[in-house]
Amino acid sequence: MIEGRITRVMGPVVVAGGLGGVGLFDVVEVGEARLAGEVIKMDDGGATIQVYEDNTGMRPGEIVRSLGVPLSVTLGPGLLGTIYDGIQRPLERLKASSGSFIAAGTKSESLPLDSVWDFAPAASVGDPVGPGTLLGVVRETELVEHRVMAPPGARPGRVSRIAPRGRYALRDIVASSDAGEDFRLVQEWPVRRPRPSRRRLAPTEPLMTGLRVIDILFPISKGGTAAIPGAFGTGKTMTQHALAKFCDADIIVYVGCGERGNEMTEVLTEFPHLVDPRTGRSIMERTVLIANTSNMPVAAREVSIYTGITLAEYYRDMGYDVAVMADSTSRWAEALRELSGRLEEMPAEEGFPAYLPTRLAEFYERGGRVETLGGRPGSISIIGAVSPPGGDFSEPVTQHTKRFIRCFWGLDKDLAYARHYPAISWIDSYSEYVEELKDWWDGVDPAWFALRSRAMELLKREQRLQQIVRLIGPDALPDEQRLILITADLLKNGFLQQSSFDEVDRFCSPRKAILLIRAIMDFHTRAEAAIKGGTPLPRIASLPVRERLSRLKSEVSNEGAEGIEAAMREVAAAFDAIGRAPAAEEGR
Amino acid sequence: MRGIEHRGIVHAEGPILVAECTERAGFGELVAVYGRDGARRVGRVLDSSDRSVAIQLFSSNAGLSLEETRVEYLARSLELRVGPDLLGRIFDGLGRPADDYPEILSSEFRDVNGSPINPAARVYPRDFIQTGISAIDGMNTLIRGQKLPLFSGNGLPHNRIAAQITRQARILSADEPFAVVFAAMGIKYDVARFFVESFERSGVLARVVMFFSLADSPSIERLVTPRSALTAAEYLAYERGMHVLVILTDMTNYCEALREVSASRGEVPSRKGYPGYLYSDLASLYERAGRIESSSGSITQIPILSMPNDDITNPIPDLTGYITEGQIVVDRELSQKGVYPPIAVMPSLSRLMKDGIGEGMTREDHKDLSTQLFASYARVRNVRNLSAIIGEEELSVLDKTYLRFGERFETEFLAQGEDEDRSIGETLDIGWRLLGALPREELLRLSLSLIERHLPGADGRTGGAGVSDGAGAAGGATASGGATASGGATAAGAATASGGAMAAGGRGADAKGGA
Ligand SMILES: Nc1ncnc2c1ncn2[C@@H]1O[C@H](COP(=O)(O)OP(=O)(O)OP(=O)(O)O)[C@@H](O)[C@H]1O
Ligand SMILES: [Mg+2]
Repeated sequence: MIEGRITRVMGPVVVAGGLGGVGLFDVVEVGEARLAGEVIKMDDGGATIQVYEDNTGMRPGEIVRSLGVPLSVTLGPGLLGTIYDGIQRPLERLKASSGSFIAAGTKSESLPLDSVWDFAPAASVGDPVGPGTLLGVVRETELVEHRVMAPPGARPGRVSRIAPRGRYALRDIVASSDAGEDFRLVQEWPVRRPRPSRRRLAPTEPLMTGLRVIDILFPISKGGTAAIPGAFGTGKTMTQHALAKFCDADIIVYVGCGERGNEMTEVLTEFPHLVDPRTGRSIMERTVLIANTSNMPVAAREVSIYTGITLAEYYRDMGYDVAVMADSTSRWAEALRELSGRLEEMPAEEGFPAYLPTRLAEFYERGGRVETLGGRPGSISIIGAVSPPGGDFSEPVTQHTKRFIRCFWGLDKDLAYARHYPAISWIDSYSEYVEELKDWWDGVDPAWFALRSRAMELLKREQRLQQIVRLIGPDALPDEQRLILITADLLKNGFLQQSSFDEVDRFCSPRKAILLIRAIMDFHTRAEAAIKGGTPLPRIASLPVRERLSRLKSEVSNEGAEGIEAAMREVAAAFDAIGRAPAAEEGR
Repeated sequence: MRGIEHRGIVHAEGPILVAECTERAGFGELVAVYGRDGARRVGRVLDSSDRSVAIQLFSSNAGLSLEETRVEYLARSLELRVGPDLLGRIFDGLGRPADDYPEILSSEFRDVNGSPINPAARVYPRDFIQTGISAIDGMNTLIRGQKLPLFSGNGLPHNRIAAQITRQARILSADEPFAVVFAAMGIKYDVARFFVESFERSGVLARVVMFFSLADSPSIERLVTPRSALTAAEYLAYERGMHVLVILTDMTNYCEALREVSASRGEVPSRKGYPGYLYSDLASLYERAGRIESSSGSITQIPILSMPNDDITNPIPDLTGYITEGQIVVDRELSQKGVYPPIAVMPSLSRLMKDGIGEGMTREDHKDLSTQLFASYARVRNVRNLSAIIGEEELSVLDKTYLRFGERFETEFLAQGEDEDRSIGETLDIGWRLLGALPREELLRLSLSLIERHLPGADGRTGGAGVSDGAGAAGGATASGGATASGGATAAGAATASGGAMAAGGRGADAKGGA
């Protein structure tokens, strides 16, 4: 163990001398209180260390010990359902040891080493073993089978011993290889190094989120990357929560990075009681939480993102589809800025360090769909919230993020003010996965692509018309243009808007979503024809089926397709009736 | 080095001193600095190396010379003496008595910086606080344990609103101990006095703890003031089980003091000269609110801030909004129209509202009704814009209906008397009455069953007449009845007799006088 001495303390950044042999990004214990820290710079001035805990009172002269290993996370069964801080300390156990407030210097194992698990072998003596080889399984939760794998660095060889079915503690050896390695239920991995995979696969399957505006208009793939930028209070967190609850990933890693304590508490109180619509089990069984709230140490906030993505990679390597929610990547970028400022580095835009874009790129690059070392397909989808100052999307974090993501769900302040949720703008948002997902949809409902294009086109036209309406009022527009306003309203009220508090509507199946949009576009087609046939617009506008279409989303359950089909028949009947009726009083 | 002194400093600029160090100082350590005049100033260590120490003063550096200054290292953080006797007292920003009474009787101290609450130890806040103000209760509900700031501007009645909330706030079903903690940063004496009188009038003065760092105190003292106040609040809430309402005013002055210190240290600024850590720094204050498992108490925060140039995108309101659980926006235009309280409901938001309202908490129709009011009022804004261009006569019938709805929403729903204390039922009923004037098919945010149960009149045309038009009608009983005893506004024993008026606590809970 190498020991040095602190020479300078400037907040969470500490300089120490005498640490010559220490590696960059090695973990150190700082000061008499043995606070966790990491070496982030080495030069002739000594080692610069960021301290992950509150280091008030720390003074020059105190000791620094290097543990000679990079900052790592512990990986094994027991992660799911747990809430950790940014450096993977389990918050429930910290609470048990130090009460309601987090005290610096409290230590706790990330996984309880004495916990025992039912292990069932999946390999036999003589089988080849190498990076990612499946050795056995453990039922981690009712929902998730934990696959015990040889770590990425495993030497190729053959299984020389495999533990029989039975109960084992985390550190027990469950398999050995003739290359002289022992494998346990846990492994470690340095957070700043991506876990390797064999090759990348195309992200051709959608991550279904249950939010219509996403699934139908701006879809994301399993293995895709998305950003949700928005001013405060526009719904980033609610959207992330909704996705964490209802998306069809196998595993959720939710990183609360520099945000509110109560939001994490909300997840902790709500998720255990929420049942996954697909499996009928509590969604907490597939979720890991990382909480480094805004008032917790800023260095640990910086690392929390990496802790989260490393856990995600571990489950991906098991062959799962993992979704990572990072709320908010702006707070992470600000942590970088703050630490960079303390290091007296040369700032680039708005005080952010020049390496901000590189770091962002590295982070989003850890997403994707891959063939894992063990040969299984697995994916990580990353959904990052962005909190632009003043809601202005031209700021550096939003702009750089845009370069590295392929789905942009821009939140609109005016929609949020009018309580149109999710406030995802259909004008600013985009998804680059649309083409890649076409094949998948063709197998489900080939009409998706055409319906989506028509609806988007209509919404864009409405946006342009609104600019005219703002100047002259709607009444001056010709009927077919006013119809566009009417249908756009239907789309907004009956399709795009989807409240998280609506028991029926908060999660929408792909089938229901596609039926709803079809019903509305069908209305539009018929109305267009009627107008061409001479029906005055007010007669269409006053049709009761309009209100019916707007309300369908909350009245029809995910299974109740007939309800929507019935409404479509009513639409057809209403227009037939118009067609039969004598042309109304002349003019309008 | 405890109590060890060093003579001489090598550099002084603004609130920052640099001293050579023979002993090693701890980061954040409290120091006492004495000038020629012998007066004691306190500060803390910002940067400590084995060669020199940077110190940030919390008081003026006037009278400090390089040679004759003595620095004493105190080996602890800045602390506040705490005890039940805090109630009814006035302190300065650093927690020293400012009311001519001695230190409180207690030997317990708490670090003013506090410690972060473990998110796993929090209790998610859900209890509705009725403020009696429709714009808040109906549209942006306050919840016990919430941090809900007032975003305002110069000359707007934010203080009157905050005082009204303090007077009227109550939990519908509870009868529990409460306290008010009031921190004044850089505000004028008149404003402070307005609050003191308001507390006195409603008879809660004996349950109020005040920290005054007024406009004439050194600006850097403001950096400690909210921390002292929140330390007192945490003690009362989490160690004494009280429901504490904290008012912090004016946060803009706090942020400016922070900017001043940052600038004199030569730090790289981010927006508008504010330091890059403004977010984290504000969070270290605002996150000191809420409820925890180990105590029955709670801290509800109402920070007040004036938005420079009424600009909500200015870093101070912007970063605040990113941390707090919503915001109440006080609006100049409404105020000029004569609406009190001039609360702009659209940009206002209460994030904790969603879990604290509805059946069993307020009323089953509350959620959908408020959403509908938001949606309809949003439409009013568009119609008004159009009307300004093409003229009201040119508007369609529907748009004209919306215009009228907007007017009535402002004069009947938003506007109310400063002493008018509306029950949540009254508030919601006004909302329904107004919606009754809109065509039913416009009410898509309301379920048909709610419409059937609550919407007045089948023809959608009820409600116009017989409505209280704002002023003071309902108020009488609940407000301004506060008979208070004490003459000296500041005295510790101000026994109170008032009926309803009290903060974030129980109805009629307390007439016992404090300390
Ligand atoms: N999908 C939704 N359904 C219903 N209400 C919503 C929805 N999205 C947002 N809201 C409302 O908006 C409020 C703010 O949303 P949220 O907390 O997600 O904002 P945010 O963008 O994360 O803000 P911040 O950047 O300050 O964290 C919520 O408390 C809720 O009232
Ligand atoms: Mg958020």
